[in-house]
Amino acid sequence: MTRAALLVLADGRFPAGGHAHSGGAEEAVGAGRITGATSLEAFLRGRLHTTGLVTAALAAAAAAGGDPAELDAAADARTPSPALRLTARKLGRQLMRAARAAWPSTELDALAREFPKGAHQPVVLGLTARAAGLGAADAAYCSVYESVSGPATAVVRLLSLDPFEATAVLARLAPELDRVVDRAVVAGSAVATAGVDALPAASAPLLEIGAEVHAAWPVRLFAS
Amino acid sequence: MSGVHATARIGARYDGRGGTSLPVLESDGPLALRRTRGTAGEARVMLVGAMSGPLGGDRFAVEADVGNGARLQVGSAAATIALPGQAKDEAHYDVRLTVADGGELRWLPEQLISAKGSDLFVTTRAALGADARLVLREEQVLGRVGEEPGRLTSRLTVRVAGRVVLDQELACGPGAPGGWDGPAVLAEYRAVGQLVVVRPEFRETPAEARNIGEHARVMPLAGPAALVTAVAPDALRLRRALDEALADVDIR
Repeated sequence: MTRAALLVLADGRFPAGGHAHSGGAEEAVGAGRITGATSLEAFLRGRLHTTGLVTAALAAAAAAGGDPAELDAAADARTPSPALRLTARKLGRQLMRAARAAWPSTELDALAREFPKGAHQPVVLGLTARAAGLGAADAAYCSVYESVSGPATAVVRLLSLDPFEATAVLARLAPELDRVVDRAVVAGSAVATAGVDALPAASAPLLEIGAEVHAAWPVRLFAS
Repeated sequence: MSGVHATARIGARYDGRGGTSLPVLESDGPLALRRTRGTAGEARVMLVGAMSGPLGGDRFAVEADVGNGARLQVGSAAATIALPGQAKDEAHYDVRLTVADGGELRWLPEQLISAKGSDLFVTTRAALGADARLVLREEQVLGRVGEEPGRLTSRLTVRVAGRVVLDQELACGPGAPGGWDGPAVLAEYRAVGQLVVVRPEFRETPAEARNIGEHARVMPLAGPAALVTAVAPDALRLRRALDEALADVDIR
């Protein structure tokens, strides 16, 4: 395994389309729930412990060799918002293109054939990590970091927030990211024996509701 | 102190004459079941809390099993209040629902109120046959009026024909993972509810995603089911939103 591959995959400039998404931050800014660094931190913390944990566990399970179709169905069951399911599949398809170019693998080819419209992004991420020679914890780290860094960058643009402040928020959250990764890896590895019901199902009602609201906005800066 | 352990059971069967009989109606300790007047074809059961609770350390369970052709509606006489007990342990409330092909269950209990200092885990599991119908309402109110909530962890899993169509957990209150009262999860709202509607027709014609009032959404799930998720400042406004949604996406 190569540690540098993790940096390539986790890099915000990795061409997987994530920059076009705010992870619900645009709607939360529009509704006045995020107004500065303090509310951004509360938003990211909530996101980390709900959808961040769930996607990291899915990614860890996929990286550990779990059945991608079963994990994809588990992701569907944990994503009641149809707008968020669509977003997760779009991001999955975009990641698939970049991943197959970067780390060609028969497993990625098989997943692309099985889900021509895209599998859920964390499932693709987990298989990408495998293809890159990375492990379950690496996949989980990529996933949790993405779950907070994307919205933080989006809020810098949406509120003209000081980028130093946004980065300081991410730095403060780092120890919590570590803990969520630990939980995600434990849950992800339990899938092999206990099935996908062992995956966490933490939900965030305002992210689900907000994603539906945002999808109906006529003009928006971010796709989600 | 190990708390009170109680399991109440309901079994509903088609009686062969267009109605529903209740061959099983087992109350247990604080969980008392009463058959009330139903409608043509549908039996009704009221869950009557004979004492307050669950308290810390208690383990309550309610099981309902609806057979082919049977129709059952279950309600509760009052809100359930999770309270701190003398035991420091958490309390558990498990709901297990099974509905056979051609059966129908309307599970419409009153709110669950998480009082300050309580620590309750609620697990609701519904397993349905391919052509079963279900309406399931869950409402959580965080704290009595003006009160801090306790810790409440609530997981809801719905299976149709063996396939999980919904798996959601909400954790809130002191001791829950951070951010539950932040802008991604509940913000300032202290009442949150779900309405799950499963009907075979959704397989051909899924429910339409739409808004009910300001903070309730009807969302078609991946399967023959829809979920209404709502947040509200209080229990009254939450119920109003869910009632409006139910009038819209009912099972018949």
